[in-house]
Amino acid sequence: MAARITKKCIGCGVCVDVCPYGALELFEGQAIVSGHCTVCGSCAEVCPANAIEIEGAASEGLGAQDKAAWSGVWVFAEREGDGFAPVVRELLTKGRALGDELGEKVTAVLLGSGVTDWAGELIAAGADDVLVVDHLDLADPLIEPYMRTLVELVVNRKPAIMLAGATTLGRSVMPAVAAVLETGLTADCTALAIDSETRLLRQTRPTFGGNLMATIVCPERRPQMATVRPHVFQAGEPDPGRQGTTTVVEMDKAVFTTATTFMTKHVELAEGERLEDADVIIAGGRGMGKPESLTLLNDLAKLFDGAVGASRPPVDEGWLPYVHQVGQTGKTVGPKLYLACGISGAIQHTAGMATSEIVVAINRDADAPIFELADFGLVGDVNEILPALIERLKKERG
Amino acid sequence: MNIVVLIKQVPGSTEIKVDPKTNTLVRDGVEAIVNPFDTYAVEEAVRLKEAQGGTVTVLTMGPPQAAEALKQALSVGADRAILVSDRAFAGADTLATSFTLAAAIRKTGGADIVIAGKQTLDGDTGQVGPEVAMHLKLPFATYVKKIESADGGKLRVERLVEDGYEVLELPTPCVITVVKEINEPRLPSLRGIMAAKKAEIVTWSAADLGEDAKRFGLSGSPTQVVETYVPERVKTGEMITGTVEQQVDRLVEKLKETGVL
Repeated sequence: MAARITKKCIGCGVCVDVCPYGALELFEGQAIVSGHCTVCGSCAEVCPANAIEIEGAASEGLGAQDKAAWSGVWVFAEREGDGFAPVVRELLTKGRALGDELGEKVTAVLLGSGVTDWAGELIAAGADDVLVVDHLDLADPLIEPYMRTLVELVVNRKPAIMLAGATTLGRSVMPAVAAVLETGLTADCTALAIDSETRLLRQTRPTFGGNLMATIVCPERRPQMATVRPHVFQAGEPDPGRQGTTTVVEMDKAVFTTATTFMTKHVELAEGERLEDADVIIAGGRGMGKPESLTLLNDLAKLFDGAVGASRPPVDEGWLPYVHQVGQTGKTVGPKLYLACGISGAIQHTAGMATSEIVVAINRDADAPIFELADFGLVGDVNEILPALIERLKKERG
Repeated sequence: MNIVVLIKQVPGSTEIKVDPKTNTLVRDGVEAIVNPFDTYAVEEAVRLKEAQGGTVTVLTMGPPQAAEALKQALSVGADRAILVSDRAFAGADTLATSFTLAAAIRKTGGADIVIAGKQTLDGDTGQVGPEVAMHLKLPFATYVKKIESADGGKLRVERLVEDGYEVLELPTPCVITVVKEINEPRLPSLRGIMAAKKAEIVTWSAADLGEDAKRFGLSGSPTQVVETYVPERVKTGEMITGTVEQQVDRLVEKLKETGVL
């Protein structure tokens, strides 16, 4: 099983450049495929000569849809506590821009119990319409009722685009919805744009731990679905004067049935400590040296009104719980400021924080790879620099 | 208890270097490994089997060399390995991949629990587990960090969320995807390695799965990659030097300039 190069190959080497597996090379003016090929299809899609064969044509095995009948941009209004997850406002701002470009409506979809009154907030944030399904059985975010409710709404109302935050809920419910609808879903997008020619949604996402960006489209199936990383898009100012409509949709009770029981939830991080929402993350690594030094991170996080993160070693040492871990095996974050303290910057860590706006690195080792990523680098001992920084900030605030 | 574990062979490093002269990707000498998250899935399945009896089947879709990943799973306690491999699977996105894996799970006779890692190291989508569950019409839970109990046709799990964890009870059969915190995978024993070497890897082609072939591979994939590129790292970082006081002063000044302070 591998991509097959046909005689049409012109030896341009474009495929060699895009192959994420290094499985292609040029040999005597023709591309050749090695055993590293995983048949991901990246090469065939960029080949200017159509010389690479991967059997079949995209999505031809899925049913035909009348694409003209699908219009509008939907945003899943994920709840968090007594409000919305911050990503919802970001998505409504971005969704508004996409909707304006297409000349189509923006609709927020709100699921929950006793939430109908919340719709106004979504209109102020950019929605033209809010679809509300308000039912006791939607109080806890359980996959099956959420999935079936969303599928039901999509099938009946046919949006062209559906966006959700790349949160634990979004990353769980959206794949279920996409699979049932037999449509495409692009995970963790960091850029969205409308192709001016085809009017398709161009969805750009990092792969290989952020080392390669891929732009993906879903040409034949609707809706075009994407989960979007929090903090990537800027949320606009809410406009309380905006006009919009709220539609409360009744569903057959069968939609809400599930064999899964929500037993309980244990909150380990108070509001404001959640890494995904934080504007500032103060993160510590092996270079913190001792568990006692973690109080420095906590003190500094308080001064910045931020959250505490960590690379893998302090978590493995048991200095702080796994919910704080940032990186490939932990959380993916993108705050305005990421302060990396005693973190060397191995790819396993940077994969989880590379999209941060401003990175400050403090490390004793001037050659630590984290400095390559840092906007500001300080070579030195975190146990000397952090106390001085804390003092300085305290003095400043009086 | 019959457990099917979904695994994937991935490049051992996600490091992608750019040749500064040609502006092309360099990925020389990258070895293939079992997706790290899948090793926790295999370990959890073997532990369940050891506690309750049953069989652990590891399943992967990939090129013939992916058999190596299956052998690794066999060496740490999986009983049976199935490789789903065919040119027809080429170019599959998460929908076609999950459709194929679901068909293969059905062909194994089904499972009480299907376990997968929370996501793969290369694709990072985390979508295949939930999508497999939908194709099989089974309930699922993602980001599972602990199986509290598994008996009486019920699985009680702790599932990691942003600010803590949820406790859910699912009926079996069901699908779960697991995070690193769930266990510490064992190392293979010498006996395990020897047994894995001799073990037969069952290989199924597209025809063996008995589904509409158009649902596999590229033709079953609604998404297309239209462009890939290495993100520019144009950061012109500033190294702040001097005494600790000077460093701190300069940093505070800079943070104020950028507006984060």
